[in-house]
Amino acid sequence: MINVALPKGRLGEKVYAMFENAGYECPAIKENTRKLIFENKEKGIRYFWVKPSDVSIYVERGAADIGVCGKDILLEYSPDVYELLDLNMGKCRMAVAGKKDFYDDGSRTLKVATKFVNIAKKHYASKCRDIDIIKLNGSIEIAPILGLSDVIVDIVETGTTLKENDLVVTETIVPISARLISNKSSFKFKTEEIEKIVKCMRDQVKTDD
Amino acid sequence: MIDTKLLKNEEKAIFALRALYNSYGYLPFKMSKFEEYDIYVRNKDFLVSDSVITFNDTNGKLLALKPDVTLSIIKNTTDEAGCKHKVYYNENVYRVSQRTNQFKEIMQAGLECIGDIDMYDIFESVYLAAKSLDTVSPDFVLDISHMGIISAVLDGASDNREFKKEAVKLIAQRNIHETVSLCKEYGIDESNTNKLCAFVNMYGSFDDVLPKLEEICTDERAIKELSDLKLLCSLIDKTEYKNNIRIDFSVMNDMNYYNGIVFKGFLNGISEGVLSGGRYDKLVQRMGRKSGAIGFALYLDLLEELDTEKKLYDVDVLVIYDNDTDISSVNDKVKELTDKGLYVSVQKSIPKKLRYKEILYLCKEGN
Repeated sequence: MINVALPKGRLGEKVYAMFENAGYECPAIKENTRKLIFENKEKGIRYFWVKPSDVSIYVERGAADIGVCGKDILLEYSPDVYELLDLNMGKCRMAVAGKKDFYDDGSRTLKVATKFVNIAKKHYASKCRDIDIIKLNGSIEIAPILGLSDVIVDIVETGTTLKENDLVVTETIVPISARLISNKSSFKFKTEEIEKIVKCMRDQVKTDD
Repeated sequence: MIDTKLLKNEEKAIFALRALYNSYGYLPFKMSKFEEYDIYVRNKDFLVSDSVITFNDTNGKLLALKPDVTLSIIKNTTDEAGCKHKVYYNENVYRVSQRTNQFKEIMQAGLECIGDIDMYDIFESVYLAAKSLDTVSPDFVLDISHMGIISAVLDGASDNREFKKEAVKLIAQRNIHETVSLCKEYGIDESNTNKLCAFVNMYGSFDDVLPKLEEICTDERAIKELSDLKLLCSLIDKTEYKNNIRIDFSVMNDMNYYNGIVFKGFLNGISEGVLSGGRYDKLVQRMGRKSGAIGFALYLDLLEELDTEKKLYDVDVLVIYDNDTDISSVNDKVKELTDKGLYVSVQKSIPKKLRYKEILYLCKEGN
């Protein structure tokens, strides 16, 4: 039995569709219930929905053998897992954004508001830029508007939210997409099953062109 | 007599491992809980985590709760031509857990072989690593890899240190998609890109992997390193563990310290590696010595995760007495029961949390 942690929400539904098309369907998952765990014994697969940012925790600690989560989570928490496949979906980018008229002349400490503390720290450390990190848990866009920070480091998908709040992207840190990850120990003992899933999923990955 | 039923997985392992290491001529090595901080600060990158718990001794000297055992053992050995210092240990170390980012006391058992080491010692160390895992559970995998081969192939692809650092990380993650992008970013040619991508997928039995490695290892240095690995594999092939030991290049250790064979062990049912080791000549040399060295550590506290029979009861018999009960009759009853091998708890009333199989009243029931 392979345990799969799927991220709750729109991305998770798309990911499940990929698993379904890859031959790992579990019809019960589509029934409108409050259940969180779904199993298809015949296919040897069990899915469960978890908070997207928790997927890597379930996988790293072996409660799930494999899972799907955003590259942003992998970069932020550096879990000790295998990253087996780029699913090329849920695409967005980690970016720096600020008010239209903000100009960083480098003369003072840059105030950076973000949910992704480690990514932001690493990014500015690589440029030797002194920053003051402000960890927020949501509505990051409001920080520069109210003067809480100079810039934000956040995920940008279409840019609509930024635009509506008069913010502009000043820098892209890294492109993000959903990745198929695996627990290292599970991979050793369920090698064939996991390899087969990766192969079937690879055939489902849509290329950009 | 020791009742093995009472022993935890890690306690059983300690007994078995001591006997195993002694039988191969490894001598016990006991060390202090504290070491001078200096030794760690000079080799910070060697430590699994670079945070160390420090405090001042009465004379003001900065001491550390030891985060590692290997450095202390190296310090205690001397170079002697043709000889090896073989020691084993069972010690607690204090490190920051990568998962929780907090200090943790970790129980380790392991061995080190330091001195004029050759292929026999390397084989012995890998074999004992496999045997150590087998003492805990026969359902194990020991992955071996070779830092020399990885480093030769990476050096052949580029001189750029940043590139090599990133490439090593990606190989350890089995991350083929980003290896391709990284090679593109650094302008690595197609042949070297293909070689590195092949490394990402380089895992499996000796028969599967060695032919693939032969195709990749084309320059003199890589060929020499590969012959080292091939020799080791041929020795392992003759042992009872040939199906448990596999090649896997996602097993990596710091290239500044480790040079040849490195390995990592996994037990089915435990979500992370329980054994880690390898050849670390470079570390010994950095400490100003000529010797070579190889060793490994088994993380005993992780064995808690292994499925063991769940106990339904804390005791077999709960004996209840009161102030009117003759104490010597209580004692007689307890002796009678414990002589039968039963676990007994004597109480005046029933404790809320105690799970018992049966209850025996030596007083009026309900008193």
